[in-house]
Formats: sequence, structure tokens, C-alpha cells
Amino acid sequence: MVPLRGRIVRISGPLVVAEGMTGAKMYEMVRVGEDRLIGEITRIRGDLAYIQVYESTSGLRPGEPVEGTGYPLSVELGPGLIGTIYDGVQRPLPLIAEIIASKMPQRRMFIERGVEAPPLPREKKWSFTQGDPDKNYKLRPGDKVEPGDVLGWVQETEIIKHKIMVPPGIHGKLRWLASEGDYTITEPIAEIEMDGTVKEITMSHRWPVRTPRPYREKLEPTEPLITGMRIIDTMFPMAKGGTGAIPGGFGTGKTVTLHSLAQWSSANVVIYIGCGERGNEMTEVLVRFPKYKDPWTGKPLMERTILIANTSNMPVAAREASIYTGVTLAEYYRDMGYDVLLVADSTSRWAEALREIAGRLEEMPAEEGYPSYLASRLAEFYERAGRVVALGNPERLGSVTLVGAVSPPGGDFTEPVTSHTKRFIRVFWALDTKLAYSRHYPAINWLLSYSAYVDTVENWWSENVDPLWREYRDEAMAILNREDELMEIVRLVGTEGLDEKDKLTLETARLIKDGFLKQNAFDPIDAFSPPLKQFKLLKMIIDIHRKALEMIERGFTVAQIKEALGRLYLEIVRAKFTIPNDKLEEIDALEEKVIKTLEDYEAKVMVHG
Amino acid sequence: MASLTGVREYTRITEIKGPLLIVEGVSRVAYDEIVEVELSTGEKRRGRVLEVNRNIAVVQVFEGTTGITTTGTKVRFLGRPLEIPLSEDMLGRVFNGLGEPIDGGPPIIAEEKRDVNGAPLNPAERDYPEDFIQTGVSAIDGMNTLVRGQKLPIFSGSGLPHNILAAQIARQATVRGEEEEFAVVFAAIGIKYDDYYFFKKFFEETGALNRVAMFVNLADEPAMIRLVTPRTALTLAEYLAYERDMHVLVILTDMTNYAEALREISAAREEVPGRQGYPGYLYSDLASIYERAGRVKGKKGSITQMPILTMPNDDITHPIPDLTGYITEGQIVLSRELYNRGIYPPINVLMSLSRLMKEGIGPGKPREDHAEVSNQLYAAYSRGVELRSLAAVVGEESLSKTERLYLKFADEFERKFLSQGTRENRDIEKTLDLAWEVLSILPEEELTNIREEYVRKYHPKYKGG
Repeated sequence: MVPLRGRIVRISGPLVVAEGMTGAKMYEMVRVGEDRLIGEITRIRGDLAYIQVYESTSGLRPGEPVEGTGYPLSVELGPGLIGTIYDGVQRPLPLIAEIIASKMPQRRMFIERGVEAPPLPREKKWSFTQGDPDKNYKLRPGDKVEPGDVLGWVQETEIIKHKIMVPPGIHGKLRWLASEGDYTITEPIAEIEMDGTVKEITMSHRWPVRTPRPYREKLEPTEPLITGMRIIDTMFPMAKGGTGAIPGGFGTGKTVTLHSLAQWSSANVVIYIGCGERGNEMTEVLVRFPKYKDPWTGKPLMERTILIANTSNMPVAAREASIYTGVTLAEYYRDMGYDVLLVADSTSRWAEALREIAGRLEEMPAEEGYPSYLASRLAEFYERAGRVVALGNPERLGSVTLVGAVSPPGGDFTEPVTSHTKRFIRVFWALDTKLAYSRHYPAINWLLSYSAYVDTVENWWSENVDPLWREYRDEAMAILNREDELMEIVRLVGTEGLDEKDKLTLETARLIKDGFLKQNAFDPIDAFSPPLKQFKLLKMIIDIHRKALEMIERGFTVAQIKEALGRLYLEIVRAKFTIPNDKLEEIDALEEKVIKTLEDYEAKVMVHG
Repeated sequence: MASLTGVREYTRITEIKGPLLIVEGVSRVAYDEIVEVELSTGEKRRGRVLEVNRNIAVVQVFEGTTGITTTGTKVRFLGRPLEIPLSEDMLGRVFNGLGEPIDGGPPIIAEEKRDVNGAPLNPAERDYPEDFIQTGVSAIDGMNTLVRGQKLPIFSGSGLPHNILAAQIARQATVRGEEEEFAVVFAAIGIKYDDYYFFKKFFEETGALNRVAMFVNLADEPAMIRLVTPRTALTLAEYLAYERDMHVLVILTDMTNYAEALREISAAREEVPGRQGYPGYLYSDLASIYERAGRVKGKKGSITQMPILTMPNDDITHPIPDLTGYITEGQIVLSRELYNRGIYPPINVLMSLSRLMKEGIGPGKPREDHAEVSNQLYAAYSRGVELRSLAAVVGEESLSKTERLYLKFADEFERKFLSQGTRENRDIEKTLDLAWEVLSILPEEELTNIREEYVRKYHPKYKGG
């Protein structure tokens, strides 16, 4: 096929219009100008194609050539993805630096235009093993195969066994399967006879980013995605295959929370998209993750992480693409049977990219200048989450969990991106400026947040942690809600005007906040709280509350109870970071000690009084 | 930029609106190319190409379109982007917003020429900022630590002492254990002469003038040049940092004027506006300035940015501070209320933040108790402020004994810790000791954020008996 060739007629920021483009396909990837910049067709009119360009268009001029590639914007899927940092259109950033340095050593740290960098290493040999690594399943020549069938696997990183599957769209009779040995991603490892022709299968294939990858069946998300963050796991849990949003004004800790999610979550693979955010934040992940250990496998975090960095100063069109690039990679690992977590920081910047491009196309704006299809694009994105039965054999369950940060202007949650996002997600972790000002982190507001998965994951907690989990959780939530009501009264009469029971509610709420909800993401012990620790800490606080309530009913005052506790109060608050995660019995001991202290005090006062 | 051809001249101007010229009949004009406009009077102005559509070019004129006629005006397309010559000798000199000397000194002999738009830093080539900068200001060092390579803006209001604070920081900033001083690149973006004069005098008095390069666009000078001024300044900063191994402090003031110039050009182009008439790309545009800070692997130099902006009506949710806060690594917020009470520096610590603080104060950094003391100060001061407004309604006597101690803490915190002289340079130990002094007002059971070990070591009650 002769590639399509047209000429540039107009340049306006990231938008380029080319003529002579008859035959161009919508969303086809094109090469723009003499520097062969990457672009994508987003509108066709007559022989004109409107192209959003993924690199800076400075210096382009009318008359320069535009060349079609014949295929839509796609990613390359195969071993070598994990541990890499890509830009929004899947070019490895370290490779870009190498290529630039080879031409202009002093410009190495900058991203210049027109660099072509293959997503996966071409020369690297991977040790291929036939069959499925986890199940007794091995295909032989002559077997009928369908999309998703596992041909073999390679050890991609210490953590990830990368399954080589029959790509979607290919089925038929397996004619040949490579014997065990070392292969590059371009060497054939199988031949499949399909409708009379023989297809060569390699360890990599391309997939268009805007098309969701197929699966057999979607299931209900019932298993929690444990994050080690107490306010999330206990109060507003996420489920594997679920969707969530973290909205918050600047400085409320969106990024720290997302980093914690990426770091501690019980996912097999984590994809972190820095979409229009700070460069240093991606650097931080790059510096920290190789040093930190995955709490679930004990291996370096980079062994399960893929980074996609399209920072705020990188071209805006590639920011729009970065979200799709990320979610396609996530679906690919899901198809292997892994639980994948994708975090996108921030979907607001993605929406702004959409708005900027729509503006250049002179489309009719809806709310606040955003295009009218903002809501449907958000819906399509979040719909790519889910816990599924993957295609092919052996049977595999995998999931994609999507969490997006939202950066509402002025912290106003009624703005279009936040309000539309709320319609398509099931967990809402609302970050609160006031909590952040007092350095209460994570600054997730317990009155505004919600999780639709509390009911679905209840069984898991009951079976794996403690049957009383739900009861304690609900009681803590009730105390926090009651505190909020009481604060209305306090604003009128002060704290001394309350009765003792209400004063206790305030004290307990404070204890829940300081001793349970507040969590230091940078403390070696506190950063990750295993489920059992979360339960024991909460149980201790609620049990003390119950005991104190009994005492109040017998005529004691809150001041007396606090006096009785004395320095023990500090031990309760500090337990989250003083008691190591492998010595959880110390929490039980502390609880016993506290209850005993209160009982002794009670006995003493009763005798004397 | 792609191979551009030489100079081409055209005269067919079909429309003039605001700062824009529409030139027809052009050929091979490049997007973002630089333009020279010669008026019939012989006067020359500069501009750049904002859009090309076949043989029509939209040109933005930096010095404005006043007096330009559709006939008799020549528009020359110069075949290159806006570039400035670069040299180490630019330190000690004063330039206009386009990088031309205005101090009467000799022209710059260029060691290099660079496009002022720069190129995005590759995140994989960045090095994470972590060197603690001691500014000598307690509210910053103790609670919002600045590190080398950070971008930390000052959010101020009109009439507040942001200039004095920025100057104090520029004078006192040191990285402990290193002799070398910062080179300062100063960009005046649409500010009043008085403000410029303040900085100029300040640099002269401190004898720092030979380490300072100034790029000046004053309030009465063409607004369109404001869009270039910070970029010109940062192009020099990048050169000094990454090719001359210097640690550079960049002060950009006032970014509000920059954003307003951007709004003006956007309105002239009849673009779909986002919030409050600012263009939808304000975020990306500001990011292309602020992100030009940092450190890179294998290079000794660094760029630390301190943009100053005045919040219209002191409103932090206004698009300019709001979008800035989303890009920068924290913010120092000045408070009119503290200023009116005579407190200098009037830093609202609760609204201020340094995102890179944790790296600057981690293990091996000045003092182990720093992070926890800072957290405790935040928790206690925010409680104190909250109780203060409660006490104003219900009266102090309706508060418990502990709550009254929090009120006392908040007052002392502002009086002893926050307040300091404009020339008072406190080292970090002094700052932390002051923090302990005010924290000791509270009962020990309230210090829930600090581990026992540090309480025993630094609390005045235990320290030295």
C-alpha cells in the first residue's frame, strides 16, 4: 500500500490541518512535517485532515509533508514494559535522552522533537517457556487455539511472569510452537493456520489505544484492593476492578495519596500516569521505587510498575493520549490474569487537553469551555475498569482498578470534571483543604467521601480478618458523624456546655482522627498498615470508648477518665507508628492495659468515693 | 526548529486588532517564527507568528499595534524563533524583556544562542531536589523548607511586604556546608518602577550586583513583552545552571501581570475562554514557565524558582494563584490579617506548604526532630486558631483548661516563632529551639506527633534540667 501523503496548510498550536488527505482514516496516526512529528487525525473534511500533533509544532510551515501510517495510534505490547518510563505515546524517556545525547550531548536533559524510539527493546532476548506458568496447561501443534490462549511465558521481572497469548482476532490450528529458548520480541514463536493462511506469532503485538481489549465476562468486584491506608481500607474501601476518584485542591495531598496507592496496593502490576503534572513528581517515583520494596512480594517496586510521564510542560496532545496508552497496558496485563491498578494524576489535566484541542477545532463548547463529549469520554475511560474472566485458556481472572485524581479549580467540587466523574466512579475520596492546612494527612474528608464497595468487600474482611469488622467500622463512622453535629452546638456554647456523653464523643472522635485516620506516608512503620493492624487499632479505640461510656453512666466525668489515662493516652495515639506490623499482639496488650487502668481507677474512686 | 530559510518581507496587512496583525500573501512562514515590523515612520517593532493558514499569518506585535497602518508597513519574517545570545558575562547586567542590554553597557558577546521557549526537561533525566536551603526565616525553614531546585512561589496581596521577604530570602539563602552563593536571575514582569527600584537598590547595597542579571519590563512598557520576559530570564538561568554549573535563584515578579497579558492576547484571538476570561491553556502555559526549574543528573548546577504573584482581592481561588499552586511545589502565602497586626513576615503558615520539605529534612539533614516538630506546630497552631475563633463567640471561660493553653500557644507562636526582623537571620537550630519553647506551653500529652525520644531530648523541661 502506498502511504498517504498530504501537505500542511495550517498550524495553530498543537493543531495542524493538511490537504490532499483523501483516504485518511479517522484516528489514523500520521507523521507531520520534515521532522516527522507524531500526530493523529481527529477530524476529516473533504480532503482536509485535522491532526493533533504530539510534539511541539514550533517552526512547522505550510507546504511541509504529512504522511499516513495506515494504522491508528497504538501501543506495542510484549515483555519489557515493566520498569520502563514512557511518554504519553509510549516512547521510553531514557531512550529519548540517549538518542538526543548522541547528537547534542549538552542538550541531553531536554526532550527535543522528532525522536523515534521503539517502545520495547528490539535486541533483548527473553527466555521462552512453553505452557502456562501457574497451571497444568500446554498447547501442542495441531491444537485448536483461540484469542487469549497461553502459548508460553517469559520471566519479565522477578515478580512478573509475562504470558505470551494468542493475540485478539487470531484463531485456528497451531502449526508450530517454538521450543524453549531465548527469543527477541520480533522473532516468531508460533505459527497459527487461520482460514487457510499461516500467521506468524511473535512475543509482541500492537493494539489501538482507543479500543478496549476484549474479555469473556465481567464480574462483580468483591475482593478489596488493600492499600495499607486506614481511612481507605477500613472506611472507604476500594475493590479490585473498581473505580475511584480523588478530588482535591492544590496542597491537599492528591499526589502523596496516589504515590501511596501505587506503592502499597495489593495489585500485581501498577501503572502510574503522570498526566500534565509536575516533572519532579515522576522523578521522585523513579528515584524511590527501585529502592522501596513491594510489601506483598518483598521485591523492588519497579519490578511491578510502569510509569507514563507526560508532564505539564510536555505537549498537550500527548497528554490526551497518555490516559489511553496507560489503560491499554493495564488491560494487557489483566488479560494475563493479573490484578492491575492504574492511577492517573490528573484526569483534570487530561480534560483540559481535550478542551484545548476542541477549542482549536472551533467546536461548540459546553460547560466552562469543555467540549460536550467530556462526560462520554470520562464514562468510556472508567468503563475500561473491571474484574473479568479473560479470553482464552486456561481460565484466568484479572482486574483493572482505575483511580483518577481530579484537580478542581479553586477546590470547587461542582465544576464539570469533578461532577461528571462522580457519575462514573464508585469510590469518592474527597480531599479537604481544611484538613490539609492542619496537616491531617491523608486529608480525606470522612463526611464527604463514600465507597459503594463497603457492602461487597464486607465478606472478605469477615472471613480474612475479623467477623466484627463491619460493626466496629460503622460505630467509628457514627462517632465521627455525631462529632460533626456536636461541633455545631460547640460553636454556640463552647465545649464546657456539653454533657459528659457528648464530651466523650468529641474526645473519641479526636482519638479516631489522631490515632487511626491520620497516617504518615513517610514513616517506615506507619506508611503501610496491614488489614489486621487496622482492625486491632480501631477495635482498641472503640473498646476504650465503650468502657468510658460505661464509666460515664456510673457518674464519672471525661476529665476523670483522661486523668486516669494520663500518659497512656499518648501510647494509644502513637501505637500506629510505635508498634511494628509484625508485633500486632502488642496492640491487644495495650488495650488490655488501658482497660485495666480504667477499671482500677474506677475501683479506687468507688472505694474512696 | 526545522531548517528555516532567510528573511522574507511582505506588506499586505488586511486586518489589525488589538496586538494582532493579519498578513496575507505570505509563503513558507513558520509557526512561532519571529517577525520584524517596520512602520512607515521607520520605527521597528518585533512580533511572532501565532498561526499560519495557507498564505495568511497571524502576527502578535510585542510593542503593540498603536500607529501601525495597513499600507506602508513592512512585515519581515526573520526565519528563526525568538533567540537570545547567552554568556556568563550577563551577570551584573540589566536587559529588557527581549534580552537586549538597557544599562548602557557593551553588547553581549554570545557564547551560545538559544530559543527562549526552551524545551521540556526529560523527567527521566531530572535529579530529585533534596539540598536544604537555609533562608534564615523561621516560618519557611521550620515549617515550609525550601530545597535547591524547587519552585516555590510567594502568594501575596497588593501592599503586602512580598518584596522585602523575597529580598531577605535572596540575601540569606545558603546551603550549609557550601561556600558558593546563588547567582540571581531577576525578571520584572510589568511591575511598577518603585518595586524595580527596591530590588535594584537592594542588590546594590548587598554588593550582590555582579551575581545578578535583571530582565526588566515595567508597568508602562508594552504588555506583550511580558509574555517573553520570564522565558528570556529562564533561558539564561538554564544556561548558567546546566552549562556553567551554577546554582541559580530565579525571581519572577509579578506573575499576575503575565497572566493578564496572556488573557489579552487570547481575547484578541477570540478564543473560547475558560475561567474568568483566562484562556483554557493558562495551566499549560504557566507550566511551561514554572517547570523550567530543577536539577538534572550529572550536572552540578540547579534552578530554584521563586515566582511572586499578587492574588487579586487576596483570593487564593482566583485562577492565577489556583493554577500556579497546582504546578509549583508548594506556596508561601502572605496574610493581610497578620500584616495588619504588625507581624513580619506575615506568613500564613497554615495555607503555606513546601512539597519537597520531606526530602530537605530527612535523615542526615540538619536535625532529626525537624519533621515531627513541624507537624506538631501545624497541628497545634491550627487547633489554636480554630479555638481562637470559637473563643470570640462563646468566650474563653467556656473553654477547657487545655483549650485555653492552645490559645496561649497560638499567640506565642505568632509573637516569638513567626515574627522576626527583616535582617534577622536565624539558623535552623535556633528556629527549632524556638519551636520547642512555644510548644512547651502545651501539656506534654498533647504532643502526639512527636516521638517520646525527641521529647526527652529537646523539650525544654528535660533539656539541661
